[in-house]
Amino acid sequence: MNFADYRGIWVYLEVKDGHIAPVSLELLGAGRKLADKRKTELAGVLIGSGIKQLASTAFAYGADVVYVYDAPIFAHYRTEPYMHALLDCCRKHKPEVLLYGATPTGKDLASAIATDLPTGLTADTTVLDIEEDTGLLLASRPAFGGNIMATILCKKYRPQMATVRPKVMKALPPDPTRTGKIIEEQITLREEDVRTKVLEIVRETTKKVRIDEADIIVAGGKGMGSKEGFQLIHQLADALGAAVGASRDVVEAGWIDHHHQVGQTGVTVTPKIYFAIGISGAIQHIVGMQNSELIIAINKDPNAPIFQSCHYGIVGDAFEIVPLLIEQIKRELPNIKASSTSKEEMRHV
Amino acid sequence: MLHIVACIKQVPDTKIIKMNPKTNTMDRASAPAILNPYDAHAVEEAVRLKKRYGGIVSVLTMGPPPAVKAIKKCIELGADEGYMISDRAFAGADTLATSYALTKALEKIAKHRPIDLVICGKMTIDGDTGQVGPGIARRLNIPPLTGVKKVVEINKEKGYAIVHRKLEDGYEVLQSTLPCLFAVEKDINDISFAPLPNMIKAARYQPTIWAVDDLEGVDRKQLGLKGSPTIVSKVWAPPKPQGGQLLEGGAPEQVKQLLSIIFTKKELFQ
Repeated sequence: MNFADYRGIWVYLEVKDGHIAPVSLELLGAGRKLADKRKTELAGVLIGSGIKQLASTAFAYGADVVYVYDAPIFAHYRTEPYMHALLDCCRKHKPEVLLYGATPTGKDLASAIATDLPTGLTADTTVLDIEEDTGLLLASRPAFGGNIMATILCKKYRPQMATVRPKVMKALPPDPTRTGKIIEEQITLREEDVRTKVLEIVRETTKKVRIDEADIIVAGGKGMGSKEGFQLIHQLADALGAAVGASRDVVEAGWIDHHHQVGQTGVTVTPKIYFAIGISGAIQHIVGMQNSELIIAINKDPNAPIFQSCHYGIVGDAFEIVPLLIEQIKRELPNIKASSTSKEEMRHV
Repeated sequence: MLHIVACIKQVPDTKIIKMNPKTNTMDRASAPAILNPYDAHAVEEAVRLKKRYGGIVSVLTMGPPPAVKAIKKCIELGADEGYMISDRAFAGADTLATSYALTKALEKIAKHRPIDLVICGKMTIDGDTGQVGPGIARRLNIPPLTGVKKVVEINKEKGYAIVHRKLEDGYEVLQSTLPCLFAVEKDINDISFAPLPNMIKAARYQPTIWAVDDLEGVDRKQLGLKGSPTIVSKVWAPPKPQGGQLLEGGAPEQVKQLLSIIFTKKELFQ
């Protein structure tokens, strides 16, 4: 393997509902930095059906080149067709680094590619860097339930691959005037040779705000005492129009289902406001919420580690504080809403 | 008759493991070794499928000799046979080298009894990658089905399986040819209590144990540390957060302060 043949930083551009997934745009932002440091190009790989026009979005977010595999056989994500396309692209154009979002699709695809190439793959990366002179990727991730960070290297194989957690990297502000080169590729693959078929896609839309998209999250931990006690978390969330989050303990105790779990084995979130109530603040929870804009902790135990990771803390009993808080919010919110409307009206005048 | 093989791992319970703050290494003695919780769901599902369609459930693990305990746990859950590959040559394997070794063992098991389905847990709690299952599927050249949260049907005669595969905002109904590999989600089932006869069987059970030389066609360069493209270059403690400002006073005063802090982000509430 001649390392000099492998050039460029690549991002697998995941397509979701006709758009490039947010995590892929974040990775273009992270990839841009790596590419600039290495003085090389940033490329995206787009696979799908009727998706060629999405390349312009990738350019706006920092890509120099986009490889496109556009064919009906790629209508829905399936491991084998997508894998054959991406393998083809890797073998032809030889990237130095290939990044994927650590989503169900990204992880599935990356695992298959790593085995077939073969090469090394680091999972759930949260910190990325590259050595300017050697091109060695430094992919760091929380390990052992988030107790430590580990930096993983892949010294003897190219490309170096990593899946990267959503909401950890930052997308660049889009520049619609940016352009790049589209390279269209094809593979021969017949539908009858594909061993899997998507029979149906079922979207489970819930009334509740989705936790990974919420501006405000109210998260509760074991300190809420019981499933009944945990209802207080729901009540505060309702009052604020927020999503409900939970620590691993709470999910394991069955007080709420695991879609709400924040942390290393749950979801990474970056809301504008994050409430951690009755959550002690185990590192595996912290890694999932530490990038929130404003973190507020309420806990009885003054020594709880959560107070190290919050912006504002209240040492006190949640069952005393939270009902008061709900009451005040219900009283104050209409005023805030009213004040904003009157301002709007004034602007009109 | 289905032959289902569940791949499992014994792991330290990372929820309670203590770290040595000086060396940033795990104090393995501080945490009990348990059957990887995700794998328990894989075995449970295999046993349920056996009850539904008839068949045999085998479990396979790679690990040091004490990992026999994890196999016994699977026998309690209802598995019929256990296999373990154990050899110094396997040590230090990353996900690529692990899937290679397990595949060699699966090939040997399949010679004796062809495999219809391989089931893995979503991931292990000590590695947290979820990469070994799909890796095995690629090496066996069978379809990898990750994120399986429900098995709708398995039809051995017609050679297909239908599952629900988890997506970020729902699921897809996916059909695959058999044999194939499932990596299952935790919510696929609830673990049943082990019936007494299983526990008695488990207590006496001894799995088949193979060393490298018992496997066929093994390329030693692909095993263990040597066969692992990734290496851990350093471990470090996550940056210590600065710590927040505590709001003082009685509850009403604290709530008042908190409210004014929250409402600095007025735009969220308009």
